[in-house]
Amino acid sequence: MSSIKIKLKEKDVQQIKEIASSFGNKPGELINVLHKTQGVFGYLPAEVQEVVAREMNVSVAKVYGVVTFYSFFTMIPKGRYPISICTGTACYVRGAEKVLDEFKKELGIKVGESTPDGKFSLTCLRCVGACGLSPVVTVGTKTFGRVSPDKVKDILKEFD
Amino acid sequence: MIKLIIDKKTVEVKPGTTILQAADSIGIHIPRLCYMNLSDFNIENKPGGCRVCVVEVEGRRNLAPACATECAEGMVVNTHSIRVLNARKTVMQLILSDHPFDCLVCAKSGNCELQELAQTMGIRDIPYQGEQSTYREDTSPSIIREVDKCIMCRRCEVMCNEVQTVGVLSAINRGFTSVVAPAFEMNLDHSECTFCGQCVNVCPTGALTEVDHTNQLINDLADSSKTVIVQTAPAVRAALGEAFGMKPGTLVTGKLVSALRELGFDYVFDTDFAADLTIMEEGAEVLDRLTKFLNGDKNVKLPILTSCCPAWVKFFEHQFPQLKDIPSTARSPQQMFGSIAKSYFAEKIGVDRKNLVVVSIMPCVAKKYECTREEFSVDGNPDVDYSVSTRELANLIKRANIDFIALPDGDFDNPFGESTGASVIFGTTGGVIEAAVRTTYELYTKKHLDKVDFKQLRGMEGIRSAKVDFNGLELNIGIAHGLGNARKLLEEVIEGKCAYHAIEIMACPGGCIGGGGQPYIHGDTSILKARQKAVYEEDVNKTLRKSHENPYIIRLYEEFLGKPLSEKSHNLLHTHYFDRKKEIIIE
Repeated sequence: MSSIKIKLKEKDVQQIKEIASSFGNKPGELINVLHKTQGVFGYLPAEVQEVVAREMNVSVAKVYGVVTFYSFFTMIPKGRYPISICTGTACYVRGAEKVLDEFKKELGIKVGESTPDGKFSLTCLRCVGACGLSPVVTVGTKTFGRVSPDKVKDILKEFD
Repeated sequence: MIKLIIDKKTVEVKPGTTILQAADSIGIHIPRLCYMNLSDFNIENKPGGCRVCVVEVEGRRNLAPACATECAEGMVVNTHSIRVLNARKTVMQLILSDHPFDCLVCAKSGNCELQELAQTMGIRDIPYQGEQSTYREDTSPSIIREVDKCIMCRRCEVMCNEVQTVGVLSAINRGFTSVVAPAFEMNLDHSECTFCGQCVNVCPTGALTEVDHTNQLINDLADSSKTVIVQTAPAVRAALGEAFGMKPGTLVTGKLVSALRELGFDYVFDTDFAADLTIMEEGAEVLDRLTKFLNGDKNVKLPILTSCCPAWVKFFEHQFPQLKDIPSTARSPQQMFGSIAKSYFAEKIGVDRKNLVVVSIMPCVAKKYECTREEFSVDGNPDVDYSVSTRELANLIKRANIDFIALPDGDFDNPFGESTGASVIFGTTGGVIEAAVRTTYELYTKKHLDKVDFKQLRGMEGIRSAKVDFNGLELNIGIAHGLGNARKLLEEVIEGKCAYHAIEIMACPGGCIGGGGQPYIHGDTSILKARQKAVYEEDVNKTLRKSHENPYIIRLYEEFLGKPLSEKSHNLLHTHYFDRKKEIIIE
């Protein structure tokens, strides 16, 4: 049996090493290191977790355990246009769930996933502070207010 | 000291003592599930997660988990008030509501702590109905994970991470979907798991069990075209009796032989014979390296590390591949036996190796994996076909309607039935190195060794070191059992903090007597001590106590192998190791 191989780019490994050492490579700082690492890569693929584990001197099983415990961490890359649907109280009572269902249907993905072409990804968030515009949807840097299910198709078309 | 009252009994304890420990000390057994205490190894698991051990503390609003609540002066504790009993019952019913109801066909049935607890508590119905967690089954060469049966006690995590420092298992996900799994939910077989089986030993339910080879064995025994031979490891005879209600530490060597014969094996042999053979090869290797070292050869690798334990071998291949040239190249006794049986013995009895089935009875589950290693096969035919654990053998004996306790003592067959006291002690921590010392002493000093007991090498301490006088040459010996201890010792060696000539390592706490395939001890480590005592007792009872005095070993070298480390020995009795470290490829 040959050894297990992990492929990563030199500069990526270097970046992880820097993040880990900025927290003193202390196992207790694992969450902070993962937080910052995800900030850099946008997500935490297995390869990145392997390097984090090695730098922090904890088992990769432990790292994976933390990544899967917190909903903030994701192993799926975000799309070029990440879609966030506000499901805070105001948006929720004004039909955010139906809007979410429509996005799921149109894109054929679940919350937390990305489309196979990497264009869109779908997440929920709690309140963007624009309750007057509820239900609110953000796509990339653009914000859409008073969204209803029948507007979903048009929103997606804007990003063709 | 702190004074408190538990169930109207006054008890005095040291500060820091938990209610559970205090109750234990006065014979009050509070039921527990996730809690685990292997006191002789300082291993404790008390996540306070299952809530089965809740007790009522006067003046406290809610019930307290006894395992995680420290005693306080003047505390009044009730362990079986109506409030406690009701809460405990509800807790159990909730746990059971998400547990498969396949007790009748579960491998852990009869040894399951959850099952036993449900019976003790008189649970006859489960009023809660809801979603049941489902998770795929994961089968490896040694261990099966059926995580549906996991109750998240986290004991396996403690064993895998803290005791063994293998770090394969971790709780993943959260809430209802949380399970214990390897990273990225890969199969154990693809992970760095050493298959030591300590997780299996402590799992209270059937979530972790060993791969069962008994049905395959029954089929092979019934196949008249096959010659089926068996070898049985030293630690098995010191533990098998427990499965039949015998006192821990009862030696059942003779009954074991009779039972194997009744099961229908064509030849009943002893792995101890192969252990003697291991000492011949490993001893010659120690002597060779030592002599070169003393003559100033800078290339010689010291310390020499033992290589009998397959979990330990897999551990260093993953964790310390840079040291892979240091361990002895001698195969384990199981594999030495297999390769001699399928060459020398097959030829002797005129049976083709494909029709010769070699089965081993082992206190171990990693041995199952070891049989499957490619380098231990010839043209796809394994040297040892498969390995059966002590637990599986006990089950098989019961299945064959054999009254084990009433069995007369039988004798092993020859030529592989004769063994010395040196080989018997292979079953305990310190035993392999003591056996090696007995032989190398005589080989090195060319003097007769009168006192064969090297008491300084014995014990249960996780890491031990001792000096042995080789007629003026002081030999430094290191011993570690439990892979976490092995890691510590190896790190010291790498840092150059200690200068050992030889180190013995066994993966399981206590050595093979505490192996992952032995009868469950349910936290009672005094059982391991009793087994250890039994192994040393068998050693004393033997006429021959040095491996090189075994007449059948002498004959095997005369007739077949030539001498230790000969070319034939190298082909059949030695091996090589692989670098299994995860490699980060930078593009």
